[in-house]
Parts: sequence; structure tokens; C-alpha cells
Amino acid sequence: MNDILDGLWQAARLVAMLDSDLVEITALSLRVSLGATLFAALIGLPLGAWLAVNRFALRRLVIAVLNALMGLPPVAVGLIVYVLFSRSGPLGVLGLLFTPTVMVIAQVIIITPIIASIAHQAIRELWADYHDLLISLNASRGQRIRALLWDGRRALLTASLAGFGRAIGEVGAIMIVGGNIDHATRVLTTAIALETGKGEFGMALALGFVLIGLAVAVNLTVHRLSRTERGSRW
Amino acid sequence: MRLLALAFAAATLFAAASAGAETLNLAVTTSFANSGLAERLLPQIEADTGITVQLLVVGTGQALALGAAGDVDAVLVHARAAEEVWLAAGHGTHRREIMYNDFVVIGPAADPAGVKAALNAAAAFGAIAAAQAPFVSRGDDSGTHKAELALWQAVGVAPAGAWYRAVGQGMGAALNAAAAMDAYVLADRASWLNFGNKRDLALLFSGDPALFNQYAFLPVNPARHPHVKAAAVARLESWLTADRARALIEGYVIDGQPVFVFNARPM
Amino acid sequence: MVGSILPAVLHGVELRRGGRRILGPVSLTLAAGGVTVVMGPNGAGKTSLLRVLHGIERITAGSVVWQGAQAQVRARQAFVFQAPIMMRRSVLDCIAYPLRLDGMRRAPARARAAEAAARVGLGGLLGQHAPFLSGGEKQKLALARALIRAPEVLFLDEPCANLDGRATRDIEAILLAARDQGTRIVMSTHDLGQARRLADDVLFVYEGRVVDAAPRAAFFAAAQSPQAQAYLKGDLLP
Repeated sequence: MNDILDGLWQAARLVAMLDSDLVEITALSLRVSLGATLFAALIGLPLGAWLAVNRFALRRLVIAVLNALMGLPPVAVGLIVYVLFSRSGPLGVLGLLFTPTVMVIAQVIIITPIIASIAHQAIRELWADYHDLLISLNASRGQRIRALLWDGRRALLTASLAGFGRAIGEVGAIMIVGGNIDHATRVLTTAIALETGKGEFGMALALGFVLIGLAVAVNLTVHRLSRTERGSRW
Repeated sequence: MRLLALAFAAATLFAAASAGAETLNLAVTTSFANSGLAERLLPQIEADTGITVQLLVVGTGQALALGAAGDVDAVLVHARAAEEVWLAAGHGTHRREIMYNDFVVIGPAADPAGVKAALNAAAAFGAIAAAQAPFVSRGDDSGTHKAELALWQAVGVAPAGAWYRAVGQGMGAALNAAAAMDAYVLADRASWLNFGNKRDLALLFSGDPALFNQYAFLPVNPARHPHVKAAAVARLESWLTADRARALIEGYVIDGQPVFVFNARPM
Repeated sequence: MVGSILPAVLHGVELRRGGRRILGPVSLTLAAGGVTVVMGPNGAGKTSLLRVLHGIERITAGSVVWQGAQAQVRARQAFVFQAPIMMRRSVLDCIAYPLRLDGMRRAPARARAAEAAARVGLGGLLGQHAPFLSGGEKQKLALARALIRAPEVLFLDEPCANLDGRATRDIEAILLAARDQGTRIVMSTHDLGQARRLADDVLFVYEGRVVDAAPRAAFFAAAQSPQAQAYLKGDLLP
């Protein structure tokens, strides 16, 4: 209990003083995870919508696999990405290992299935509702998808935030591919792992509380900006 | 006139860029990182050589693997036998000793296995095995792990059973586990002194020459991996074996105790 | 000016689902002009017939042939579903949507939609979230949306089933106005009074087949088929 109180106190102090190291790793955490969420959403949202409206032979199998990929273990993904981007690996010439870029890549792989699955589920229900109308109105495939994506945007936002939540708290993959290098690839989660390893539980907890606060703040801000709480429409 | 000014500005920018900011990837062991020495050395290295050393803190095995893959420019580890094998395989150019400290046997202050009274390190381990006292092993093929295994071998014990817990993690995590389990653990002195969660653990045995712990610097072989920054690595090696490094390393104390002994010799 | 898509010819159309014969065989010709009311007991196949005519139900046998190119056939039709489908957007944007599909820019589309909304009496609800409208309001929205592209053929599936008298009157007025503008209307209903008020001719459907077809006067005065006679009398049909 002492440790937790100590951690809360340290967290408050670090934030109030705008500790430069804290600011640096927080900024990088946001850059990596928000960046990954953006790319994953760009891939996953249309993919989910496309799967919801198109019928093709292996559709059920693809959807089942997509749902299963939500359970991809991050550390395993990190290992595979490491092997791919290692200097001895196929993509080694790009020199991306131990940079924030490869961290974003690893996280995109991990969270795209989450975003796509949730989006698919939401769009599927909306499509069941809109189906007759959109066909009757002679909407093209692209028009249908656009209508579903726009009208279903609240659910798509939820899907994206779910992806962000997974990314901001992820440590296994980015530890391996990023290397937790001070002032280069250290983020909140890897810093927590480091402090824990040094036995500095107070600092580790402090960073943990900052991370929780950050995740909540991002979610609140997004909801604020998209005005999801207005009226009775939530 | 405008063009000249622009060209001058560009040249200055380019000069500034190439003058200072050179980065180099160095894989080091958790034992070294947990000692806290890096925080002392890195800023001075940057000031003196202009090289920003990016540390990847991993286990010895992973450090050597990263070097073999060419993902880092050099390694700093403390497992001589493994280093020799690595060099023989052609992954590095040579081995340069920098400094040493020692391993210490840590355990519960109450010392149920009677390690304090042991005559030497091997005997201490024998006592632990005889008492089947809980023991945390690094279990990760690191330098510390290899030293531990050598001691078991010296006393003729093949450690196995519920009392022997291999955590497969770095020095800090192993110490955490030992603190939580009230177990014995072999650690390097620097990591122990710098460790923040000692709880009921205490330093019970040290001083045996068998606990000698040598750190060495190994550049990755540029013939095999042309992209490594060989020139910067050479400059770093010179710095690490020069007087400034000696002063910093020998001047590094924790709780008033010096932690490392500098033993680099001129090439 | 493109040619008309009427007359439409159905030949031997059959609709089977899960082994059951829902509709057919049906053969009829839908000629130009006026309001055709499709009547029949529940489950007779009225909805299915309308959907087959509109082309949103895949038939198992037979053919449905309209005049003109495939592309323009559905573009010149519109359908008002029994349970109106509301998009999750404002009333104005719902009504404007078909115009946007055609590539009209947002401002002019919204302007046209506002006019259409006013015509059906939804002028004061333009900003409302469509799914939150009352039953009558939703039905009017669906109607305004269906009429906004000035379709040649308008299908309606029991458009006043859940509406009160006032809303029903409003909608019937709009339909008659559309008919007078030249829109061909094909609608199903349970309401005999409504059928009498609106129909130019009647199709009576029973157990998936069109068993009676006659102009309004002839149908209501002296229907030929026994099923239609029983229905008009108010008897329950087997």
C-alpha cells in the first residue's frame, strides 16, 4: 500500500514539475501509439466495412481468422518483426530496427485486427438495417461503404479507441523491436519495465499512474471532440 | 548574393550536422546497466567524442546475438567463454577488457543455509544445495548465469528441484524475485548495491577469486556487416580504455563503495 | 428525354425460399398510368410481389422485363418499405441522400430536400435525428425521399399501416398529387377504404398467385374470384 501511495505522490510531482524525461517518454508514447492507431484505423475500418458488405466464397473463414487475430500475442509479433527488420533479415537494409518507426509497424500489426473486427461487427448490424434501402436507391458498392462508414462513425470511433487502448499499454513488442533506448525509443511502458527491473517500484508505479491518466485523457478528449455525449444520442 | 548566403547557410548546417550528432548502437548486459555506471559514462562520451551511444540493455546471450546479426555496432558483456566462441565464429574483431568487479552471494538476512560461514564460493553453493534453500537463477545464458553454473559444477551439484527457480530474466528481475521469495541469488556487486528493493536480503558472501567478473568490449566485425560504424566504434574503444574512463569508472561509488576496477591495457 | 421503363412484363415468375413457394407462377403486365393497389390477406405475397417488381428479390424462375437499359430501370423506380428505413442522420440529409448518390452537391441537394420536406409537412423537423421521428413522420420522410428523384414508378408497401387518420390523409394526398404529376404508383394495403379512395385498378393476391385483376369500379362492385369476394365481404379466408 505504501508503494502505491508513494507512486501516486511521485506521479503528481513529476507531472506538476513537467519533468523533462517524463515529457519526452510521454510524447514518444503518444507518437507511437497514436500513429499506430491512425494507420491501423486507415486499414482496419474500411476492411471491416468491406467484409460486412461483400459476399465471397471464403468470407466466413476470413472473418473467423480476423477475430482470432485479435488474440495475437504482442511479444510474438515483436519477435517476428524483429527478425524481419534485423540487419540479417529481409528488411534489414531499411535500417529501421530500434527506431520509433518499427515500433509503430509492430503495433499496427497487433491492433489492426482489433479495429477491423469491431468495425466489422458494427457495420454488419448497420448494413442489415440499410441493406434494402441502399440497394433500392441503386447505390454503388463504394457509395454503400461510404454511407455505412459515415453513419456508423461512433462505433468506428469506439473500434479505434479500443485499438489505441491496446497500443498505449503494449510493452512486449516495442521492447524487442525498439530496444528501450534512452532518449530514442523509450516510452512509458518500457520505462515502467525498466524501473521495475531496477527495483524502483515507486517510480514504476508513478509512471504507471501517468500512463493510466494519459489513456483516460486521450479517450475523454476524443469523446469531447466528437461530441458523443450530447443529448440522448449516446 | 542570395544564392551565396543560402549556400553558406546550407554548408554550415551540414557541417554542424556531421560534426556532432553521430550515434552508435551498443548492446550491454543488464548487470552493467543496473550498476548505474552508464549514466556516468554516456554524457562524458558524448562531450568528448561527439558520439551518442544508444544502449540496448539485454541479456548476454541476446547481446551477442544482436552483434552476430549486425543489429548493433559493438557489445559489452561479461562471459569470457561465450565471447571466445563468438569471436571464433567471426562475429567480432577482437576482445578488449575494460574493467572488472565481482559477483556476490545474496540471500535472506537470516541465512538459513549458513552461507556466511562458507570457506569459498563453491562451498557456499554447496551449503545452499544441501539445505535445499530457495535459490533464484538468472536462467538466461547470461554472464552471471554462466558464472553461477560454473560454481554448481565446481561443487558437483546439478541444481534441480522446487528450491531452484530459474526466472529467465535480467539481474533486476532476478533480484526482485529473490526479494519476494526470500531466496538466495548470485548477483554482480554493482547491480546489488544499486538495487532499490532489497527488503530482507543481504550480502552474505564475497571475496573468492572464483567470483571474478570481467567486462569486455567487443566490436562487431565490419567485414561481415559493412554498415557498422567501425570508425566510431574504434573511437569509443579508445575512450573506454583511456585515462578519463579510468577516472570515471574507478571514481564511481555506491553507498561510499567503489564498484568497478579499471583494468584496460594498451593494445 | 429518356424513354419510359413501362410497361413491365412479368412472365412465369416464381419465388421460392427454403423449399417453400412464396410467390408464383405470376404473369402480368404493368402498364403506364395511375395507381395500382395490391390487396390480399396477410402472408399472401403482396410484399414479395412488390419486391420482385422492384428487383430487390432474386426470383427462382421466370422473368421480369422492364423497358430500357438495365442501368436506368432501377434509377427510375423508388420503394417505400413497410417499416421505413431511417439512416442515422438528420431528416434533411436523409431526404437529400438519393440526390447525393446521383452526384448533386450538398448545398443544392439540401435545398431540394428542404422543399420536399416542406411538401410532406416535415419542414419544421429538418435537423432532427431521423431514427427519433414518430411513425407517421418516418413514413412521410420515406415518401419524400422516394419522390425526390421524381421516379417513374413508385412502390409502397402498406405505407399507412401504423398511422393515425390524419397522417394517413396527408400521405394519401401526397400520393394522389404524385399520381397527377404522372408517377405510376403500385402500393399494397389492408385498408379497403384506402383502396377505394386511391385505386385505379386492383390486383388481388392469394397464396402467392394473382387471382384477380380488375379496374377499381369493376373490382369493388363485382369481383370475379371467390377469394376476392370473400375478402371484400370481410370473411376470413382459408
